[in-house]
Amino acid sequence: MDAELFATLAFSTLRAGIPLLYCALGVLLAERSGMLNLGQEGMMLMGAVVGFIAASESQSPALGVLAAAGTGLACGALFALLTLLLQTNQVATGLAMTIFGTGLSAFLGEDYVGSSIDGIAPLAVPLLADIPLFGQALFAQDWLLYLAWLLALASYWLLHRSRAGLIITAVGEDPAVAHRLGLPVRRVRALMACAGGLMAGLGGAYLSLAYTPLWTEGMTTGRGWIALALVVLAGWRTGLVLVAAHVFGMAGILNLLLQGTGIGLPGQMLAMAPYLLCIAALVLLSRQRDFGRYQSPPGLGQNFSPED
Amino acid sequence: MTPPVRLELVGIGKRFGAVVANDSIDLRLRPGEIHAVLGENGAGKSTLMLLLYGVLQPDSGSIVWEGREVSVSDPGTARRLGIGMVFQHFSLLRTLSVRQNLQLAYPDLDEQRLAQVLGDFDLRIELDVRVGLLSPGEMQRVEILRCLLQDMKLLILDEPTSVLTPAEVEQLVAILRKLAQRGCSVLFITHKLDEARALCREATVLRGGRVAGRLELAGSSDADITRLMLGGEPPPAQLARAAAPPGATALQLRGICAQLPGQRRGRLENIDLSLASGEILGIAGVSGSGQEALAAVVAGEIRPSAGSLWLDGEDLGRSGVRQRRRRGIRVLPVDRLHHAAAAGLTLDENYLLSHYDDAACHSGPWLHWGRVAALATQLIQDAAVRAPSAAAQARQLSGGNLQKFLVGRELAGAPRVLVCYNPTWGVDPGAQANIHAALAAARNAGMAILLLSEDTEELYRLCDRLGALCDGRLSPQLPTAEVDRDLLGQWMTGAGGSSPQRSGACA
Repeated sequence: MDAELFATLAFSTLRAGIPLLYCALGVLLAERSGMLNLGQEGMMLMGAVVGFIAASESQSPALGVLAAAGTGLACGALFALLTLLLQTNQVATGLAMTIFGTGLSAFLGEDYVGSSIDGIAPLAVPLLADIPLFGQALFAQDWLLYLAWLLALASYWLLHRSRAGLIITAVGEDPAVAHRLGLPVRRVRALMACAGGLMAGLGGAYLSLAYTPLWTEGMTTGRGWIALALVVLAGWRTGLVLVAAHVFGMAGILNLLLQGTGIGLPGQMLAMAPYLLCIAALVLLSRQRDFGRYQSPPGLGQNFSPED
Repeated sequence: MTPPVRLELVGIGKRFGAVVANDSIDLRLRPGEIHAVLGENGAGKSTLMLLLYGVLQPDSGSIVWEGREVSVSDPGTARRLGIGMVFQHFSLLRTLSVRQNLQLAYPDLDEQRLAQVLGDFDLRIELDVRVGLLSPGEMQRVEILRCLLQDMKLLILDEPTSVLTPAEVEQLVAILRKLAQRGCSVLFITHKLDEARALCREATVLRGGRVAGRLELAGSSDADITRLMLGGEPPPAQLARAAAPPGATALQLRGICAQLPGQRRGRLENIDLSLASGEILGIAGVSGSGQEALAAVVAGEIRPSAGSLWLDGEDLGRSGVRQRRRRGIRVLPVDRLHHAAAAGLTLDENYLLSHYDDAACHSGPWLHWGRVAALATQLIQDAAVRAPSAAAQARQLSGGNLQKFLVGRELAGAPRVLVCYNPTWGVDPGAQANIHAALAAARNAGMAILLLSEDTEELYRLCDRLGALCDGRLSPQLPTAEVDRDLLGQWMTGAGGSSPQRSGACA
């Protein structure tokens, strides 16, 4: 493989993982507090379409990102309202949000299919970007990509290093006990659901504003679902979420690359590879003796009301 | 001068749907007073304490705290007022360490203060162990420690001694006395009279959600108090021992070594025991001595790393839980709400969980719900379970009533062998008498019963032979008459020299 191809590959691999990373971080934040939101796909699509419309009307990608984040946040808040205040079932509510988001985004974006915008421009760091092989991949990306890595770092600190993270974990493990300890269970869960929505919106924005700056119906192609699976695969640990998102991004790119080289396998078989890899990894991980410590938050998906 | 009143409850009422849990309850408490709240399970003690601690809100009445009427809207408010509570069902997060559990309650946990409290009250607690790995007794010490770290004016303890060994009870009594001397009031919920007498001068007795009386413990006889608690019914009589001598050997364990997965404790080393039909063999031991592992080995839930298990002379070592149940081995686990029963299922469904294989309950793949419900209803009547119907959820029953149902469920169909661990843990005296009578009757009918218990009174009352587990090792098992309390105590603590089984160690 020549150096130029490698550099391009590294560059696009990192980009391909970013929508997954945003969304998976959001899933992680919400799930650590016990909120299981299966509406990721819908929230991503809503973020993608609203972000694209805003960027296209205002000619400002930054405004688009803001609008996408706000849309995601609103979706997360709606989920919190339904499950925390009205006590609806989390699984059903999440599925409804995916269906709702898919439909509404297609409706809103109808007039924008095929129109193009200037995506978020890459920021090349002088000198560093000229390093062979990795320079372009690490130092000539757009700011929305760097923001994802920053947010991963922030999530790590929040969940694993801060007192707030301890509270989130407590709420996610046993909301009734957390309530008896005087922790604001519903407020924590509402906040985390909103944070999760915001991240899904950003993931959508990355797709429609940076990765492929255009809008097509259903352009997330299942990334919301993959993000949900990634978090399970990573055992609800931030560091592994970061790695897994990029591994899956790479798998998508390799698939395209291998099809281009004309290997004798049908494309569908190649497209399956990452998922088989995922299952194999899960099996291997769960054989590990210590893995039990990293299983799902025990209170995941369980509704809670103070008078129970 | 009479000390001022710290807490006064006036006409507190709380109902859940049609059930009145508390009905105009009055209670008064002075600073530094240790006050007992006595009553059967289901008398409304726990509900009252949850109202006081802000977990539940009262429907009527008022709470007056240091002369000021307050509304305790949530536990955080209660803690700010200086009210701490040790729950019967622990409020600990099991995947977090002890230290993290403390940090949740105290944002700026002061290491110095922590060390001081640990030393002051002589609490032996490892701080960096995950709570899920601790024994019930240790978990309770963590709960108490969590309360002690704040400047408390009132400590509520809900059935605190039910998981403790006698030595641990003494330690608890010392802690509470020390607290009271420092001016902290204590509400001590119990149904054990001797403990109430040892600690408290006065008691409030609840029955059926109402105050049945407030009395000076020193001036009241046991009979008076029991009458208030039970409402005039006489206390249960002592049990008759088996008339016939024990029969042939039913269950035999030879050289069993095992380890509960994922637990620091719960090891078994080279266990030999044999259990005859028509006898109750009692195994004493403080919590975490290997009782859970022993029950799990007999049930077939875990496979021993060495040794064999025989039923009626047949090696069952390789058979699973279901095959063993078919052969007549039943095990009643210690945790009734999470292990023995499915909390969210109804009683007839819970009945089916243990009897899904019975011919009466199914024909091929078809379940006979009508017959299951009839059987469960019959059991509810026979075992005097206080439940609205077989369609009630397991979690709606009080501990004693659920346990009566579960013991009856396992006894139904007359199995060969029954293993139970702490069958009357946290259960009121009435239910305890019922369960004891049921076990004795089953024994007299020829069943082989292995009774693992931390309650030595219970063991002496029921068992034909006694032994003890200590740190995974089993003492000799002798006829109950030959085992005095000193000897049993030595076995339980591992003191007093080596038993024959000490020598063998597991690979």
